[in-house]
Amino acid sequence: MEREKECRGTIIRVTGPVVVADGMAGARMFEIVRVGEEALIGEIIALENEKATIQVYEETAGIMPGEPVTGTGRSLSVALGPGLLGTIFDGIQRPLAEMHQVSGDFIRRGSSVPALDPNKLWKFTPRVRPGDSVRGGDILGVVSESPSVPHLVMVPPALSGTVTMCVDEGEYTIHEPVCTLRSAGGEVGLPMVQYWPVRAARPIAQKLDPVDPLLTGQRIIDLLFPIAIGGTAAIPGPFGSGKTVVQHQLAKWANADIVIFVGCGERGNEMADVLAEFPRLEDPRTGLPLLNRMVLIANTSNMPVAAREASVYTGMTLAEYYRDMGYKVALMADSTSRWAEAMREISGRLEEMPGEEGYPAYLGSRLADFYERAGRVRTIGTGEREGSVSVIGAVSPPGGDFSEPVTQNTLRIVKVFWALDSDLAYRRHFPAINWLSSYSLYTGVVNRWWNENAGPGWEGMKSEIMTILQKENELEEMVKLVGPEVLPERDRLTLLEAEVIRESILMQYAFHPDDTYTSPRKLYRMVEMVFSFFALARGAVSSGALTETIRSLPVKSRLARMGTVPENTIDTVFPGIESQMREEFASLGRS
Amino acid sequence: MHKGAREYRSVTHIHGPIMVVDGVSGVAFGEVVEITLPSGEKRLGQVLESRTNRAIVQVFGTTRDLDTHATTARFTGKTMHIAVTEEMLGRIFDGIARPLDGGAPPLGEEERDIHGSAINPYAREHPRDSIQTGISVIDGMNTLVRGQKLPIFSGAGLPHNLLAAQITRQAKVRGQQELFAVVFAAMGITHEEAAFFVSDFTRTGALERAVIFLNLADDPAIERIITPRLALTTAEFLAFEKGMHVLVILTDLTNYCEALREISAAREEVPGRRGYPGYMYTDLASIFERAGRIKGRTGSITQIPILTMPDDDITHPVPDLSGYITEGQIVLSRDLHRKGIYPPINPLPCLSRLMQTGIGPGRTREDHAQVNNQLYAAYAQGIKLKGLVAVVGEEGLSETDRTYIRFADRFEREFISQGPGEDRSFEATLDRAWDLLSILPEGELRRIDESFIRKYHPAYRGQKE
Ligand SMILES: Nc1ncnc2c1ncn2[C@@H]1O[C@H](COP(=O)(O)OP(=O)(O)O)[C@@H](O)[C@H]1O
Ligand SMILES: [Mg+2]
Repeated sequence: MEREKECRGTIIRVTGPVVVADGMAGARMFEIVRVGEEALIGEIIALENEKATIQVYEETAGIMPGEPVTGTGRSLSVALGPGLLGTIFDGIQRPLAEMHQVSGDFIRRGSSVPALDPNKLWKFTPRVRPGDSVRGGDILGVVSESPSVPHLVMVPPALSGTVTMCVDEGEYTIHEPVCTLRSAGGEVGLPMVQYWPVRAARPIAQKLDPVDPLLTGQRIIDLLFPIAIGGTAAIPGPFGSGKTVVQHQLAKWANADIVIFVGCGERGNEMADVLAEFPRLEDPRTGLPLLNRMVLIANTSNMPVAAREASVYTGMTLAEYYRDMGYKVALMADSTSRWAEAMREISGRLEEMPGEEGYPAYLGSRLADFYERAGRVRTIGTGEREGSVSVIGAVSPPGGDFSEPVTQNTLRIVKVFWALDSDLAYRRHFPAINWLSSYSLYTGVVNRWWNENAGPGWEGMKSEIMTILQKENELEEMVKLVGPEVLPERDRLTLLEAEVIRESILMQYAFHPDDTYTSPRKLYRMVEMVFSFFALARGAVSSGALTETIRSLPVKSRLARMGTVPENTIDTVFPGIESQMREEFASLGRS
Repeated sequence: MHKGAREYRSVTHIHGPIMVVDGVSGVAFGEVVEITLPSGEKRLGQVLESRTNRAIVQVFGTTRDLDTHATTARFTGKTMHIAVTEEMLGRIFDGIARPLDGGAPPLGEEERDIHGSAINPYAREHPRDSIQTGISVIDGMNTLVRGQKLPIFSGAGLPHNLLAAQITRQAKVRGQQELFAVVFAAMGITHEEAAFFVSDFTRTGALERAVIFLNLADDPAIERIITPRLALTTAEFLAFEKGMHVLVILTDLTNYCEALREISAAREEVPGRRGYPGYMYTDLASIFERAGRIKGRTGSITQIPILTMPDDDITHPVPDLSGYITEGQIVLSRDLHRKGIYPPINPLPCLSRLMQTGIGPGRTREDHAQVNNQLYAAYAQGIKLKGLVAVVGEEGLSETDRTYIRFADRFEREFISQGPGEDRSFEATLDRAWDLLSILPEGELRRIDESFIRKYHPAYRGQKE
């Protein structure tokens, strides 16, 4: 839909990131505009007659009434094509490495750099021939963007027609048409790059129910509070409780094909950390640097607040694009609270009627719309492609109080809740996921996978673990009132068992080279080991041994260090621990 | 922005720290305004909102004696700048950079916008050079790293100044002799507190390498909005142009936030928690995120902001939002202070997020991370059991439990506690930690690898490996 004449107005008001322009006849809601002499990027977020309210994605100091505003006719869109992987973008998809070349160590406004390198040549291998009829989502050809991830060049969603031209295998830039299509609207050339408005979900053929777990290598998650592929999870917690570390751990170890990491309003050094560390880490499945399967969106807390609001949508759209190719994508957003606050800040400047704690009334529906874009899906296009977007959002509740609006609204939507707890963090029990208040609604769903793939008795051991942990909590409440001496031996043993579970399984040190990731097989073996210990301990107690004696058995420390045993040595080390366990219990019986 | 200055005598409203000028044209957002009172006195202001015919101006200093008749507002056509130069070292300025030491204003080498620009995350160098502060509970458990922003969360009457001065005095990166500088910005602290720092800097010779900005308790509150930005602009110049390692001390951020709240209230903005504006997180981030290192540049900015938690409440918006931005926090405890322990740092709520990359073999010592973990686990356990003892008495506890309680007590007295002049090395700190951990049965040290136990545990000391 082209506009007849150029939409060009004049600034009449500037307040922080919000600018109002008059004379914007023909402007559309969410249209991207260029603001002021420096042509800063902005987006229309409200219209009243010819007055457009614009959120500006760059610093507005120095901008004044009287300067021009020009419409672009487009809404905020991202470029989708080869070259995304391994790249770090800001919230509106400007590549930070190129920005660095153009404007140096500090971000200068008004720099305009294309999201994807227009000159780079990519080897394109066609998959269609002239005469083929294709529709949205069909594959035109393949680019090897990264050795592990073939990049499928697809027909843009709304398009269909007959291929009239297709280039030969060869090297092309993203803007050269690789195919021509005769469609209802006439002849169209299709380059490798396509654009999509970030605030709109990319279409799918069908949403599918989640079935398999997204394996994270994090024991408490995989064991007790699993997330499914295509599922949604929230990690709320006060500062320092481990939200970012959990997100980084998932970005590193989850069995996703593609990871999109959105640093939304958080620390610059955390992004630098990812940039420094991820190229050095190996993808356990492909042996390639982990950064090769990642896209980073960094809109740190000191970068313009409006772009922070956009950053989560930018990330989500990239995730959907790879999902459409049939990949398992995991999207981490750290932190969704900063996004919500950006909404609040803009809403405040618009003088909208505030809802709870000053957040706009539409907070809940925005969050819901966002998480709704997650899922396991059958993609559009011919053939049975299945892709997924799993979403893990950090939430940063003020004062660590989960009753606040962002946490509460998120809880209504997501299916997994990893509640972080400052008490656990204070004693350096990491991940500080509170096992009593966390939950996963996928437990039932993913049990099948575990029963098939892990080993017998999985479900039973798992629910017994939960029972022991709950019992521990009850007993501790009691001890607080009456002291530990009144506890019968059986209860003392439960406390010991809970301690073993916490220390040997739930605690997992992210910075230890072997503890950082636990495969399903190792996890199963660890759980088995712990249960062997329980069986021996219960036997010993019923034949008169004291829990306090069992507590001091050296093997207990060895169990606590199981996580640090390298994956490839567990078959020799674990049996060793097990026989030590048997010996120590046997000698208990003798003494 | 363009144009030269334009002058108006059309002030129409004055309300709190806000002044409205009507009939203006071409006023830029963020522009500096020079205000001339009827008496001829001059004040500064900054445009908070600009409309076609109207500018809303935040007045630095008070709005006392401004009128809607004779007051003139001169729009300078510039955003707030400071002229920076190395010559500022050794000088003392007020909260808006006017010399307080009787000297002439230094001749700037460069004019810089005090708001700075965001460091491109891509250009950041992840900080990893650990600083030895000589204070065990910091070095051992919350190691400070060059380029980090690590605030002190304190309470009224706690010795945060003594601690900040001790850190300033003792901080060093071992094995390196490099240019350092201190930038000190006071926001609303008392004359006495400021004098303490100045005299401590003078005594130790740090003053020559320091730039001091003082907005004191009786100075205009609104100026506090600019003081930290002047300080950080100066620090950026010294660090990234002159290659210095700059330690920035900002105190007290709580006063700064109060000034923010005052402006927000005067503008009748929708308040966030406890009346602080909804954008306070973003605003604080624009201060704290100016710490760091940049690839390919020698210098660094390390920030130690100090804030007093109203009512000792760590969930109050000022510490809370700060903690969400900074790279950890050092938390002072009134309990420990009452027990006579200096520094009264309660390690449990403390955190140094950059510690991980700053410690370990080749940096501090190989056992550092695990010893730290074990200290946390053990002290937390001791504290938990002490709570239990208060209710049920010691009799009910097992021998091991009692050992934990003993550990916690001695840990406070021998590890946390040290003299304000005592400077411990990393090794001394870690050895001290081992001495204390050896109170516990060896089987309890489950956070530490057996190989380290055999190497560092006092029971094995002096034995061949
Ligand atoms: N799994 C973990 N293993 C080891 N340390 C952890 C782990 N999770 C968190 N931490 C520690 O806690 C600190 C804070 O974690 P972080 O994820 O940054 O918290 P948040 O994002 O909630 O503020 C980290 O710097 C690290 O020292
Ligand atoms: Mg975080």
